[in-house]
Amino acid sequence: MKGVRHYPGFLAMTLACLLVLYAPLAVVAVYSFNGSTSITQWGGFSLRWYGDVFTGPEAGRFGQAAWNSLTIALIASTTAAAIATAAALAMIRGGAFHGRQASFALINLPLMVPEIVIAVSTLIFFSTVGLTTGYLTILLAHITFCIPFAYLPIAARLEGIEGTYEQAARDLYATRAQAFRLILLPLMMPGVVSGWLLAFIISLDDFIITNFVKGAGMETLPTAIFGSVKQGIKPNIMAISTLMLGVSVLFVTAAYLVNRKGQKIP
Amino acid sequence: MAGPGPSRGPADAAYAGLVRPLLLPTWVVIGILMVVPVALMAVYSFLTKEFRGGVEWDFTLAAYDQFFVTRGLFGDEPAQIEWTYITIFARSIWQAALATGLCLLIGFPTAWFIATRPARTRGVWLFLITIPYWVNLLIRTVSLKFLIRETGPLNESLMAIGLIDSPLPLVNTNLAVQLGLFYSYLPFMVLPIYAAVERYNFALSEAAADLYASRWATLREIVLPVVRPGIVAGMILVFVPSLGAFLAPDLLGGAKTFMIGSLIDEQFKGSQGNWPFGAAVSMILMSMVMVVLLAYARAQGRAGR
Amino acid sequence: MKKLLLGTCLLATPAFAEGELKVYHWFEYIPEELVQKFETETGIDVTIDTYDSNEAMLAALKAGKIGQYDVAVPGDYMVKIMGDEGLLDTFAPEDLPNFGNIAPQWLDVPFDPGRKSSIPYQWGSTAFSVNRDVYQGDIDSLAILFNPPAELQGKINVLDSQGEVLALGSIYLGIPQCSQDREQLKALSDMLVAAKAHWASFGSDTAKDVLVSGDAAAGMIYNGFSAKARAEGANVEYAFPKEGYVVWMDNVVLLKDAPNRDNALKFMNFLLDPENSAAVTNYAAYTSGVTGVDPFLADEIKNSPENNPPADQKGFFIEACDEETQKLYDAIWTNLKK
Repeated sequence: MKGVRHYPGFLAMTLACLLVLYAPLAVVAVYSFNGSTSITQWGGFSLRWYGDVFTGPEAGRFGQAAWNSLTIALIASTTAAAIATAAALAMIRGGAFHGRQASFALINLPLMVPEIVIAVSTLIFFSTVGLTTGYLTILLAHITFCIPFAYLPIAARLEGIEGTYEQAARDLYATRAQAFRLILLPLMMPGVVSGWLLAFIISLDDFIITNFVKGAGMETLPTAIFGSVKQGIKPNIMAISTLMLGVSVLFVTAAYLVNRKGQKIP
Repeated sequence: MAGPGPSRGPADAAYAGLVRPLLLPTWVVIGILMVVPVALMAVYSFLTKEFRGGVEWDFTLAAYDQFFVTRGLFGDEPAQIEWTYITIFARSIWQAALATGLCLLIGFPTAWFIATRPARTRGVWLFLITIPYWVNLLIRTVSLKFLIRETGPLNESLMAIGLIDSPLPLVNTNLAVQLGLFYSYLPFMVLPIYAAVERYNFALSEAAADLYASRWATLREIVLPVVRPGIVAGMILVFVPSLGAFLAPDLLGGAKTFMIGSLIDEQFKGSQGNWPFGAAVSMILMSMVMVVLLAYARAQGRAGR
Repeated sequence: MKKLLLGTCLLATPAFAEGELKVYHWFEYIPEELVQKFETETGIDVTIDTYDSNEAMLAALKAGKIGQYDVAVPGDYMVKIMGDEGLLDTFAPEDLPNFGNIAPQWLDVPFDPGRKSSIPYQWGSTAFSVNRDVYQGDIDSLAILFNPPAELQGKINVLDSQGEVLALGSIYLGIPQCSQDREQLKALSDMLVAAKAHWASFGSDTAKDVLVSGDAAAGMIYNGFSAKARAEGANVEYAFPKEGYVVWMDNVVLLKDAPNRDNALKFMNFLLDPENSAAVTNYAAYTSGVTGVDPFLADEIKNSPENNPPADQKGFFIEACDEETQKLYDAIWTNLKK
């Protein structure tokens, strides 16, 4: 059983991959403890930047920005994943229908348009219809550009699931809703999780579009960070980043524990 | 997939009709929040530029003319093909293609490895891949630059173990840009492939093995065709954003030459303030990508029958 | 500033509420304590939104953000552009009791003659710095950037900014900034293309870090940035080249359709108070445009070599060219970076 799953070198590649992903983070974490104000010169171990994050002059601003980023990313990715799941069902299970090609182009449109163009045109659009820029406009923009990122993995997954599963369920007198909820959705789940994760990190990281559609005084973490590096990156940014990593690790641990509880049956 | 792909499902017309309306939210959201603004941009690309940003409502082809035709610095030489922007496009496409290849080369084995872990731990591996992306792209890129600079940890450790005598000049090279793009977009390759491989029926591989197919032949002949939708999704998700990326090229490559992303950005946010031209470049880029994608989708749809 | 809208608040509050001020500003360019002082003195709630370049601010205002903010802080040439675009409101000197504090040389500036829409914020210069560990020779000429000595070739960072690069190039060649002369423009273009072969990178935000980290041994840079590089331990010296250098000034402007015009004027008046202006200078390490700040300045700012150009040298503002001329300069820049 193990045999056909194993390819020599794949483990090494994965580890190399993780090394590349995490080595720069080690730099971030180490320099968040830097005693000096530079991010390139080591000035001894210090916790001053963590103090700065919570009590410094910009503490409120960055705290609020982090909160905005996280909530926006959470709402936007979840909404986008739901919309994308529905769209994938229609596209893959809807048979041949008029407008299928057009729908496909439409779903992928946010991916095709350069970010700066989305940014400027969306802002013009919002101000034309009289929508005040703020939390809501950021959220709307994020949901929109998250859709293709969620859709592609979900559709790729759904395409690999034969219709016979639902058919069998229907034959056993499950309603269509039951067939979806009990059979198809669990089968689709890895795709949905992948799509949701991609949408989440895309939203969390977006700067260009957010920068245009945010209102006065509204910041997300990326806009706050990009703004502050005009004066040079200080270790407080490294400290904030390290804290974000900490939060993400907490999330993962929690998810793992919840998942393990829910999976009594192998 | 990529393409709308073959539609798969119960041969049940009622069911098919039932799920089609599920496209409605997509149409509403993208239709309003993306199509309208993009249509606006398409219109802008045919308008006269207002000096220093903005447009005047006079129809003109000036933006497209600027892209394709040159008449010398002072505009009085005979018209010739303008190679400047075509070169920038070619360079960006080449760069994005390389980055996509690199991500696929590393991302596929990684996705495979994760998908073949016990179900319990797969989620953890997936998160391991995405955790770094909780740190802002700018910070990640700056830290990567720190690692590979001449006096950085990479060069110093390589020199310490005697592998090299003098530091490798990595910063401000194409290699650094590739590394940066790889670092920016890897999960976009890994996750879709993972979603596809996870579904793969390993009995197929066993059957192939029973018929004395080698591992690699099995991979090539059996596995790849089955998980292709995931691979294509991943390639799209890496290639297209790479085309417009400018953080990695600027910070790691030294920004000595325009990429499509920085060229467009300059038109809207730089001192040139030429919105119609920025819109025209975007439209050309969009139509190119769209054509390739739809052509692929069509071929895929046909092959799927 | 402290009134950052709570995450649960979905729409921005209406802009006409009393006792508010909306500032469109660069990030980390005003000390938090100073904003609090203004809020305490006046009871006005200040909200600060930030942008990352003059051009990004202009694009955002033109795309529809005008009318949301009361004041912004554009650079010199951008004041002229915004004025030409009709994005600025005017005030009378009597509106600002502290108007007389504006330093005489900054009163009748070319980008806003007579100061009808703007007041000085901070000013500084753009030239270059050299790492003295790498190069010990004379650094009194722009040739360091445009025709560099062998020691510095391939180790130079220039600002990724059309305005600054072309202006310094023109100053180096001794030609006017908005020239339409073919020979001059050709010379400028050729000189830049030749010089680019010796440059390692273009970067504005990274201008300081590349000097501190040693990625670059010389770099075009703002004076305040160079001072910070020095403070972070880099052995860099900021040069005031004999051909001249670029001078810039950030200004607080009154925006058209300001929702809280009266509060905006109060804020501008507040910033013209020497003690308050000095607080900004001490924070940002540039130079104030207000008279009487000296007693309030920190010593290291007052005596910093980057802030004290030799008396006999000349700084030039970047000029805003007319549309036809600008097109030529855009072409030179695009050609340089293609």
